Amino acid sequence: MPTLTDFLQFLFAGLTNGAIYALIALGFCVVHNTMGIVNFTQVDLVSLGGMFLYSALFLFGLPMPLALAGAVAAAALSGMAVERFGIRPSRSGNHLVLIFLTIGLSVILRGIMKLVWGKNRMAVPPLTADEPIRLFGATLLPQILWIFLLTTAAVILLIWIFRHTTLGLCMRGVASNPAAAAVVGIDAGRIRMVSFAIAGAMGGLAGALVTPITTLSYDVGVLLGLKGFAAAILGGFGSFGGAIAGGLLLGLLESLAAAGLSSAYKDVIAFGLLLLVLFIRPQGLFGAGKR
Amino acid sequence: MLKIDGISKHFGGLPALEEVSFNCREGMTTALIGPNGAGKSTLINCIAGSLFPDAGVIHFQNQRIDGLPPHQRPYLGISRTFQNLALFPRLTVLENVLTGLTPEAEQSFVKSLLRLPATRHRERLLRLKAMAMLDNFGLTDKARWPVSILSYGDRKRVEMARALVSGPRLLLLDEPVAGLNSAETARIGAEIRRLHGAGLTILLVEHDMDLVMSVSDHIVVLDGGRLIASGAPEEIRTNPRVIEAYLGRMSVTA
Amino acid sequence: MTPRDKIFYFLTIHRTGLSVCLLAVVLLAYPTLVANPYLLGISNLIAVYLIAVIGLNLFIGYAGQISLGHAAYLGLGAYGSALLTIHTGLNPWLAMALTALAVGLTSFLVAIPTLRLSGHYLAMATLGFNIVCYTIMMQWNQVTGGPSGLAGIPPLSVAGLPIDDEMRFHYLAWTLAIIVLTLGLNLARSSLGLALAAVAQNETAAASLGIQVVRAKIRIFVLSAVLASLAGSLFAHCYTFINPDSFTIFNSIELVTMVVIGGLGSIWGSLLGASLIILLPEFLHFFETFRDIIHGLIVVTVLILLPQGLVSGLKDLLRVRSLMSKKNAQN
Repeated sequence: MPTLTDFLQFLFAGLTNGAIYALIALGFCVVHNTMGIVNFTQVDLVSLGGMFLYSALFLFGLPMPLALAGAVAAAALSGMAVERFGIRPSRSGNHLVLIFLTIGLSVILRGIMKLVWGKNRMAVPPLTADEPIRLFGATLLPQILWIFLLTTAAVILLIWIFRHTTLGLCMRGVASNPAAAAVVGIDAGRIRMVSFAIAGAMGGLAGALVTPITTLSYDVGVLLGLKGFAAAILGGFGSFGGAIAGGLLLGLLESLAAAGLSSAYKDVIAFGLLLLVLFIRPQGLFGAGKR
Repeated sequence: MLKIDGISKHFGGLPALEEVSFNCREGMTTALIGPNGAGKSTLINCIAGSLFPDAGVIHFQNQRIDGLPPHQRPYLGISRTFQNLALFPRLTVLENVLTGLTPEAEQSFVKSLLRLPATRHRERLLRLKAMAMLDNFGLTDKARWPVSILSYGDRKRVEMARALVSGPRLLLLDEPVAGLNSAETARIGAEIRRLHGAGLTILLVEHDMDLVMSVSDHIVVLDGGRLIASGAPEEIRTNPRVIEAYLGRMSVTA
Repeated sequence: MTPRDKIFYFLTIHRTGLSVCLLAVVLLAYPTLVANPYLLGISNLIAVYLIAVIGLNLFIGYAGQISLGHAAYLGLGAYGSALLTIHTGLNPWLAMALTALAVGLTSFLVAIPTLRLSGHYLAMATLGFNIVCYTIMMQWNQVTGGPSGLAGIPPLSVAGLPIDDEMRFHYLAWTLAIIVLTLGLNLARSSLGLALAAVAQNETAAASLGIQVVRAKIRIFVLSAVLASLAGSLFAHCYTFINPDSFTIFNSIELVTMVVIGGLGSIWGSLLGASLIILLPEFLHFFETFRDIIHGLIVVTVLILLPQGLVSGLKDLLRVRSLMSKKNAQN
């Protein structure tokens, strides 16, 4: 019989993972909203966040706050580079082709990471000391509080940019009507690059925050990233609120499945439920119906 | 032949068609006209099955068709063209026209995989039929061209050929001359008159009044989703409500 | 017609059949020229993958759908065949057929809700299905052997002759691959193939011409799953050992890159794509570290320069160019 403490423990674990999935899902959504495609390099931007943090700490010897900021910025730059040198040269308007293109770019990014950082697993230290905090009998790593705090800050910043800045207005314009946006003089190429930068920053932050509790390797982002994609789909691809709700829901679900049923099969349960949701509601839980 | 009875269609609360009723008589060319946004294309889409009406009934040759899925309608002899062209860009001209023969083509997966002599023979016949249709439209030389490199006028004609190759009983033409120059328009007009002479029933949506007046036996006028007039071309030309609907808009745009 | 014209005409009319015959002759002679079992092993792998890639190409290139989970069907075929032969001692051919039938039924049931989804949702659903299958293969130790997989799968046999070396498997695998290639070419050239290509390019127009869009998609999906299952069974009986590592989402993505590089909607392109991707690591032996980067660069370069893939893209390009020159000559 699980006690309240156990329950709290799983709740924290689920929310932690959920927050990470939500961050990654937002990265997927931002690019989807400006280009209409699934950007599979998102998964590698997550791994890159962890890699850059590792290098900033151990290669350049930067202090933690600076290293974290540097890692996020470097991941954002990587996102921009992907758009500039990988996506933009293709003038194809076919979404299928563009999606396959991001898959090819993702293979390249993993190759580069293998080359630069090697195939071995690495450990990244948490933001602050490892002393667990006790809360209603459950233990909580300080890193988890950092995850909640920084994720919330990032989400608020993202929403603020979209609602209250000219840049956000332009991005919403491109999302709702690319042709009209071009007519009023919005440079769609620049907007796409910015959306990749935001996706990189979101993914990079997720990677930098989560690798201290998992481990770091060149492919750590793949499963995390795909769950982020699943979260975005669950929330109705494209909607920010849906992505956040989808991420938290997926994290909780997975954690409860691991606790109540079987930890070996938690991916089966999570993805099985996702399939079930899609079969019942093809537009995701929070997505709008067919227009 | 085609009986449209009280058709209504709403898009998110906005009415596109309200209780529209009229008939297309066998062997006649009926034109459907009206200002932009009058609901003409919506009505064509309801007849072709791309949209389903919210209320009302459509009969074709005494069979109710408003609930039939779109892919069954060509089998009844209903064929259509699209307002903004809907060709298959990566197929050749001949292949595009061949897709118009789907109701006569081999449907069995196994037979298609095995490519038995009988299937090949059948396909050869379809190919001849399609080539004959291309000949009618003066497209024989371009049979092997991918449609993506054709001129707009040629594409319009390919779409007409595709719609006609199966020998339909009712042809729905959605703005067949929009965007064409006067020579090309005259060519399509001659083709419509030839089809009319051959006894085909045609429902034509068109903005080009010269074409409409010269080819149609009967004209139906829609405005704001409602039927406001119907009759012979001479009656429509002098109908005050029609003049108001058109001129009213004109004075606004002028 | 001069005799030369007649020969030329004959070659044009029968170009597909003649190409298949030529390929068959080359493959018939191949083992006598290259007796190296290692090289035969590589070309055998191409044959096995080709069967699955042709199915996937029909689904992506003709039905215009996206699947990032076809390795799951490969895995279901391999594990189904392996389990049936190991546990029940069933004849491998029968096991292969039963598995393909079961996979066909499963994919039919999966297809109905899955193919209602479009674009990104379909990509997610197929990925999710692959992850579910892979996790079950990894975790269900008692049945699937977990990460270490299943060994001792009996080889196929033809007329009492066990297919247990590279040379024999070469003839078996390529016979099957050429049959599938021929069937694929037949379908692509048929009216039904045309209807499928139409569905991929414009669903509304296709429906208005009498093509049953949903039914067409379901049939192609089931066909591609059955072909993947057969390829998986062949794989299992050829190597007599399988583990989940061959059926991950990365394998699915590899299958997709084979389709994409060779050419969307091109059956011959599938042969080129499968060969290139499988041969690539052999050529890149010296640069083991650069392998993924070069692999990815090839995919990206092909997609940027020829978005329809090598074979379809070059074919379109040549055709348009020759027509343009003809057009200019006329003017």
